[in-house]
Parts: sequence; structure tokens; C-alpha cells
Amino acid sequence: MQVEIYERIWMWAAAGLIALFLGAILLGAGLHAVQPPSHIETLDPTTLAGHPEFGHPSVTTREDGSIVVSVRAEMFSFAPDPIEVPANRPITFRLTSADVLHGFEVAGTNANAMAIPGYVSQFTVTFPRAGEYPIVCNEYCGGLHHYMVGHLTVKEPTP
Amino acid sequence: VTMGHRLASAHIGVAIAAFALASFMGVMQGLSVADVSFPARSETLYYLSLTAHGVLMALVFTTFFIMGLGYVLSQETLGRITGRRTAWFAFTLALAGTVGAAATILAGKSTVLYTFYPPLQAHPIFYIGAALLVVGSWIWGGVMIASYLSWKREHPGAPIPLPMHGMISTIIVWYLATAGLAVEVVGMLIPWSLGLFPKIDPMVARTFFWWFGHPLVYFWLMPAYVLWYTVLPRIAGGRLFSDPLARMVFVLFVLLSTPVGFHHQFADPGIGAGWKLLHTLTTYAILYPSFVTAFTVIASLEVAGRLKGATGWFDWLGWLPWRDPFFSSVLLAMIAFTFGGFGGAINAAYAMNSMVHNTAWIMGHFHVTLGTTVALTFMGATYWLLPRLAGRELRFPMLAAIQPYLWFGGMVFFSGAYHVAGLLGLPRRIYSAALDGQQAARWGSLPMVAAAGGMVLFLSAMFFVIVALGTFVAGRKITPPAFEFAVPLRPVVARGTWDRLGLWSVVAIVLIVAAYAWPIAHLLAHPRFGSPPFQPF
Repeated sequence: MQVEIYERIWMWAAAGLIALFLGAILLGAGLHAVQPPSHIETLDPTTLAGHPEFGHPSVTTREDGSIVVSVRAEMFSFAPDPIEVPANRPITFRLTSADVLHGFEVAGTNANAMAIPGYVSQFTVTFPRAGEYPIVCNEYCGGLHHYMVGHLTVKEPTP
Repeated sequence: VTMGHRLASAHIGVAIAAFALASFMGVMQGLSVADVSFPARSETLYYLSLTAHGVLMALVFTTFFIMGLGYVLSQETLGRITGRRTAWFAFTLALAGTVGAAATILAGKSTVLYTFYPPLQAHPIFYIGAALLVVGSWIWGGVMIASYLSWKREHPGAPIPLPMHGMISTIIVWYLATAGLAVEVVGMLIPWSLGLFPKIDPMVARTFFWWFGHPLVYFWLMPAYVLWYTVLPRIAGGRLFSDPLARMVFVLFVLLSTPVGFHHQFADPGIGAGWKLLHTLTTYAILYPSFVTAFTVIASLEVAGRLKGATGWFDWLGWLPWRDPFFSSVLLAMIAFTFGGFGGAINAAYAMNSMVHNTAWIMGHFHVTLGTTVALTFMGATYWLLPRLAGRELRFPMLAAIQPYLWFGGMVFFSGAYHVAGLLGLPRRIYSAALDGQQAARWGSLPMVAAAGGMVLFLSAMFFVIVALGTFVAGRKITPPAFEFAVPLRPVVARGTWDRLGLWSVVAIVLIVAAYAWPIAHLLAHPRFGSPPFQPF
């Protein structure tokens, strides 16, 4: 295949740019463990009311000091609400849905995951800034989807 | 008027009708998000019309336009449509399916949006109608391939005419993509909506949806590229810079379009991070053919400027026909894709994706890509197609000349504002940016800026519809101009590696199996409980 010299240069430059993008992602994944949620855990969405964790979801501190927030999303609210967590501590969210798909997005941060009935989404984030954040549902879940807003308070840790 | 032309006119007519209806809904949605009150504004109507807007724009307008364009290319480059009765049958089937699905949406029984994620459940006719639209398009693909094979028998050893090379590649992508959709719709959603089984697994359905959902994007984009490569240089008065590279680009799309779907599921549970990373690699690889396209197409335009007398570094730009609505549409579409493409690269990096996933950013993104790169190319192509198909002069040429610029300008505001609002956290698909009534201040005037952009887009859409309709019914009768395609600088004379589309299809299937077999098997092997249906609309 005959390719003009300028086009050849461009093709190598384009390949280089893509390699650069991918290199950044691979470096982040390998060195800093920047990875998307990949937790695989299933449960019966029709019996959540009696579930030990998601029947009355809450913020718990484990023995090792790590903080776990269990969240049940349902039309058209999140439980628990409000949620209160300390700043600058890794927070693990465990999220499921009692009915249809919902989104769980702490507005203005990168805490953002899908709530899918029958599955537990799990991800860990750290909030560096104290403040009040709305938790918005960002997947259409019915006629009052836009009303589905929860409240997150990030507090400066008490010394 | 040949049979191919009549088929094409029918398909493009349906496409424009769907576009007109969906545009009207779009402008109302923009106003609703910005909390502008107007008569009959309601939550129910908003989500209903959002479903209709998505289905009509993304599935009906695009699919019918592409089918119509396919018939034109087959008729003009191969001189035939093999199986014209079958072609009309496919048209009827696709139209019947579309009308059925649209009726259940407008009746308020299928407000599930165009992604129709279960366990939201639509009326069975919604799923069956969508399936018929796809089956109609499968038959169209069959007619196109039969036409090509019949031509190939008469021309052994000849390279595939480039427009058909791109179109057959598009059809291969469509078959690979819709295989996933068929599993979801025929295997899961239709029997579930008919009550044949009580529960459905939302994750499995969603995974098959995105098997289909991303190559769908290339099903829209590739016909636009066909027009950029094979018509644009001709309109501009130039030559196609490189014919074999165009073929390589189409083959790369065949290979890489489908094994990329997990980049839509970064925020989902149930899929391993390593598999998501693999789909990230393929997603970035598919940027490559678009980079190559940018060079080839722009170099072809430079050739046009130089043939007309340009001598400096950049003065060839001034020699290009900026008042021709096809030309300006495609150029603006290409500028939009520069931003849309890099936006896509951001979405495909999962660290950045978690900032923008399901926010208004995404809405901004696909209105630049599908809503401008593809839609503006198709609108521009309509100005090229209509006089040739209908034998009528373009009516209201002034409206046609400003319409593409108006669309681009409106989109800058619409999409720009939603990109920024998305970064601030504004979710997509919402009736009101105030959400529960308390959140309006967070996004400031951005939703209003987007709504203003939406009104400009609507004006542009109406100009387009007026010109198209005016030409069809009241354009001055002329001898139809010929369909002419760009001549390459160095024509390809013999069938080569890039023409072996059967072989490349097999490689593509191998890549899809490698990307999907294990994660799907893993998901299916897990204890799964399923969800009953919900209709909260």
C-alpha cells in the first residue's frame, strides 16, 4: 500500500498519541490501583426488607477502623438519608437497588456508581473536603426520578 | 427514476418525518430541564417524549436514512438492487415496527427511554416493534450484500467500489452489533413482557444491550465517513487523497467496533476490572481510524483548493465552497467531531469517566457526536440527495445555506452548557434541573443556556424540514443531476487485502468472543435471582 510521507508521519503520530493515553491509564491502573468497580456479589432484590445488611442499611465502622456505608436505592429515595462520613478517610460504599436501576452520584465528586437490583456495587472513595453534598440519582427510574436526591455530610474528623 | 431511487426516497422520507417529530420534542425537553413553564408541561409527558425523542432520533432517523443511502450507493456504484420486492418488504416491516413501537410510547405505555433497561418494563409491542425495525434492517443488509455479490460475479478481481466497501462494512458492523440486541430483546425482553417468565436479570440484559450500544455508534458514523470520503472531495472539486487508507479505516471499524461495550459499564458491578481494562484498550484503538480519516479527508480538500489555484499554506481553505450546504454541513460535522472524539477519549478513561458517568456531560457528548457529526452530515447529504432522487431543484436554497451554521451555533451553546453542568454533577434524563426543588442554584444559568441553544437547534431543524418538504412537493422540475463520486489521486486497480470483508468478519467475530465470552459466562455462572417488572410511569 502506497502511503504519502506526510500521511505516514501523521499515522505514526496518531498511534503515538493513543499509546500515550493508554500508557497513562495502564500506569494509573498498575501503580496506583486506579480501577473501576469490579465487585461481584448477588442477592435477592425481592427480599431486601429482611436482609441483614440492606434491610436497615447504615454507616458502620469495622474492627480495622474502615468505614462502610451500605445504601439501598429505591423509587424514589436512598436509605439511609442523610449519610454522615468523615473527611480524608477511605469510605467504602456498598450499594444495591430494591426495584429498578438507579444511579448513586455524589454531585461534584467522582463517587458515581450504578445501583442494580440483584447485585451489590462496591467502591471506595475519600472525600478531601468537608461540606454538604447532594446524592443524585443519575439513572432514569420512573416519573419522579428527578426527585430522588439524598444528602451526604462530610465532616472534619474530630481529633 | 430507478427502483433504487424510489426505495431511497421512501426511506429518507420516513427518516425526515421521524427527525421533525423528535426535534419538536427535543426543544420542549430543553425548556423543561431549565424549568421554563409552558402549557401541558408535566413529568409524565417529559419522560414519555424523552423516550420518543431518543427512539426516533437515534434508532429511526438514523436507520432509515442509512438504509436509503445504502440503496442509492448500490444503485449508483453497482448499477443494481438485487431483490427489489424483498427490499420493499423490508421497508414495510421496519415501518410497521416503528409505527407500532411509537404508538405504545405515545400512548404512555412504554416510558422506558431508548435504552429500555429492565426491570423497567414497556408494552410488548414496544419490544416487538423495535425487533421488527431491526429485522427489516437485516433484510436490507441482505439485499445490499446480494447486490454486491451479483456485481462481484460479473467483475472478478475488481476492487469493491469504495462507497459500497464502506456500506458493506457498515452492514457487517450492524449484524455483529444487533446479534447482542437480538439476545436481549428476543431472548429476554419479549418473553418477559409477555409474562412467559416472571423475572429478568438486569445485569445480563444490560451487558447484551451495550454489546449492541457502542457499535451502534459506528453504524451511524461509518455511513457519514462514506460521504466524507467519496462525496465531499467531489463537491469541493478535489480528489480523494488515499483510496486504500479509506478501505483500511472501514476494515478497522469492522474489527474494533463491537469488543468495546464495557466502557459504558465502568460503574456497573458484576464485571471484572481486568475485562473493563481490555475494553478500554480496544476503545482507544478505535480512535485510530478516525485520526486517519481526519488526515485523508482534509488532505483531499487541500487538493481541491490547490486544483482551483491556491498556492499558500492555508489559502486553499478560502477556495472551498463554504456556501454549499452539503460542504458546510460536513466541515462543521468534522469540527464537532474533533471535540466529540476527544470527549469520547475522556469517557473511555475510567478515572475520568466516574466524574461524568450519567451526567449531563454525556448528553452534551452524544449531541456533539451523533447529534452533530452524524446528524449534520445526514442533513447535508439530504441536500445532495434530494435533487438527484426527486429530479427537483432545491427549494429555499438560502435556508439550506444557513441551516448548517445555525445548527452548529446552537449546538455550541446546548452541548457546551451541558458538558460544564455535567462536571458540576447535573444528572442526565431529568425533568427539572432543580431536581427535588432545592438544587437549581448548583448549575446556575447553564440549563437556561442549553435551552436557548436548543431553540436555535429547533429553528435549524425546521429550516431543514421546510427545505426538504418544499423540494419534494414544490421544487422546480429539473433533469436529475448525476450522482458523482470522488476520484482518488491514485485509483486502486485490483482487489486487495482490505476488500476481503468475509475474512475480516471472521476475525471480528473472534475478537468479540475473546472480549465477551468469559465475562458473560462468569456472570451467568453466579447465583442470580432476577427482578420482577416495574412500570413507574
